[in-house]
Amino acid sequence: MAERTFRVWRGDKTGGKFAEYKVDVGKGWVVLDVIHRIQATQASDLACRWNCKAGKCGSCSMEINGKPRLSCLTRMNSFKEDEVVTIQPLKTFPIMKDLVTDVSWNYTQNKRIAPFKPGPRPKDGQYRMYQRDVERSQEFRKCIECYLCQNVCHVLRDQDKKDKFVGPRFMIRLASLEMHPLDTEDRIEKVMNEYGSGLCNITKCCTDVCPEHIHITDNAIIPLKERVVDRFFDPIAIILHKIFGKKKS
Amino acid sequence: MKETQTQAHSTNFASTNRTDLWWIEPMATGFGFLCFVVYTTWAMFQAGYYYAAPYLSPLYSPTLMIDPTAAGSAPLGTAWFGAWPGWWPKFLPPSPAMLVLIGPLSFRLTCYYYRKFYYRSFFATPPACAVTALPQKDYKGETHLLLFQNIHRYCLYIAIVYILILTCDVFRAFFKDGQFGVGVGTVVLYINVLLLSKYTFGCHALRHLLGGRTDCFSCANGKEHLGYSLWQKVTHLNENHMFWAWVSMIWVGFTDLYVRMVSMGIWHDFNTWRH
Repeated sequence: MAERTFRVWRGDKTGGKFAEYKVDVGKGWVVLDVIHRIQATQASDLACRWNCKAGKCGSCSMEINGKPRLSCLTRMNSFKEDEVVTIQPLKTFPIMKDLVTDVSWNYTQNKRIAPFKPGPRPKDGQYRMYQRDVERSQEFRKCIECYLCQNVCHVLRDQDKKDKFVGPRFMIRLASLEMHPLDTEDRIEKVMNEYGSGLCNITKCCTDVCPEHIHITDNAIIPLKERVVDRFFDPIAIILHKIFGKKKS
Repeated sequence: MKETQTQAHSTNFASTNRTDLWWIEPMATGFGFLCFVVYTTWAMFQAGYYYAAPYLSPLYSPTLMIDPTAAGSAPLGTAWFGAWPGWWPKFLPPSPAMLVLIGPLSFRLTCYYYRKFYYRSFFATPPACAVTALPQKDYKGETHLLLFQNIHRYCLYIAIVYILILTCDVFRAFFKDGQFGVGVGTVVLYINVLLLSKYTFGCHALRHLLGGRTDCFSCANGKEHLGYSLWQKVTHLNENHMFWAWVSMIWVGFTDLYVRMVSMGIWHDFNTWRH
């Protein structure tokens, strides 16, 4: 056990302050363990959202020493022994209490996206897909909706364009639907005009913070941007689209 | 328990609670790129010492027109359109590089990787992850002025033509006065085209065009089509696109420097021609 110092944000949407706590940190602890110890011994009213403590539920997202991370996956031995650890709520979303933010805006965005719409079933009634055809969509299904990517995206975080851009999490949802071999819905026009693909400037912070290591920018956002180019900016692709008609076979 | 009054998050430019050296990456990449821009601009305005038989600097290839009176210029016979025209403005040097550099430059300027680093380094939107971006009254991203980024795939087509031209230059670098041989310059030129190919053929737009644009790789007959294997190969290169972008850029500069130094007689080219 070694005593370590923590600065934890305490407050709500009206304001607040950093409170300093000293905690004896045990071997193998993660930041979420520290928060639980503070709750148990020093501040029983400290609010923190968590669930699985295994990096799979996406609940314990926060900013630790300025970096958006899951507190259950942030090991204490990743910091220097004399380093003060600062723990804050996510910046992009309104603070409810202490480390808990209101992420309901994300659910609203999800509802705006046209759901999966498969074509008619084959004569035998069975849809068939090959693994290589669904692999791209499957990568995006790893998303645990921790919203770290939404939090770090400067379009939402600093430029406050929540009314114009759905954010990286929903760009991967759009990509997973658009690339699905059985889906027949066409969302490309909305990707540009309503979901705001043009606002993303590919700075890749969403990819950097993803705890599931999803290649958000390279495998979802850029391919969607290229599909937008096909539809609206590439004269050759536009002509081919006009001639060959529908997007999906 | 001790308490200190403050805000949860600052909205000031470049504010962050990150404790690591987050500013090193944007500074280093920005400085590295500026060095390349300064060197290529200087080299472009030299209008000479770009040819040391049989090596042609990649910054000057293809030689569309040549001023044969310039020191270290390529033979007039290698020019696509003959001698430099008399009407060319005096304040601009008769440099073949001025006519050709816009091609590869536009490819790099609109490249998805370069966009990432120059938006960070030069436009601070954001300077680094979770570091407050430069405040903008009405952020437009790539929707208004920057819509031109969508021409990237056309820049790719031009870049592929350059790869073919530079490959021909490597082939010519094996022959001096009609005699086959190899010099250090041949190897330098060969590595140059190899690195540029790794960068160009790992392009995100190419990845999309060759296979990424389809929703199903094998729906037609249950067998994977050619696009899928091409897409896989481009994906393999694309995973290291940043690495190839940097090494190819640095090597282009070095290749020009090598040819320039040999042409000026400062460096000696070791080769099998023995002169």
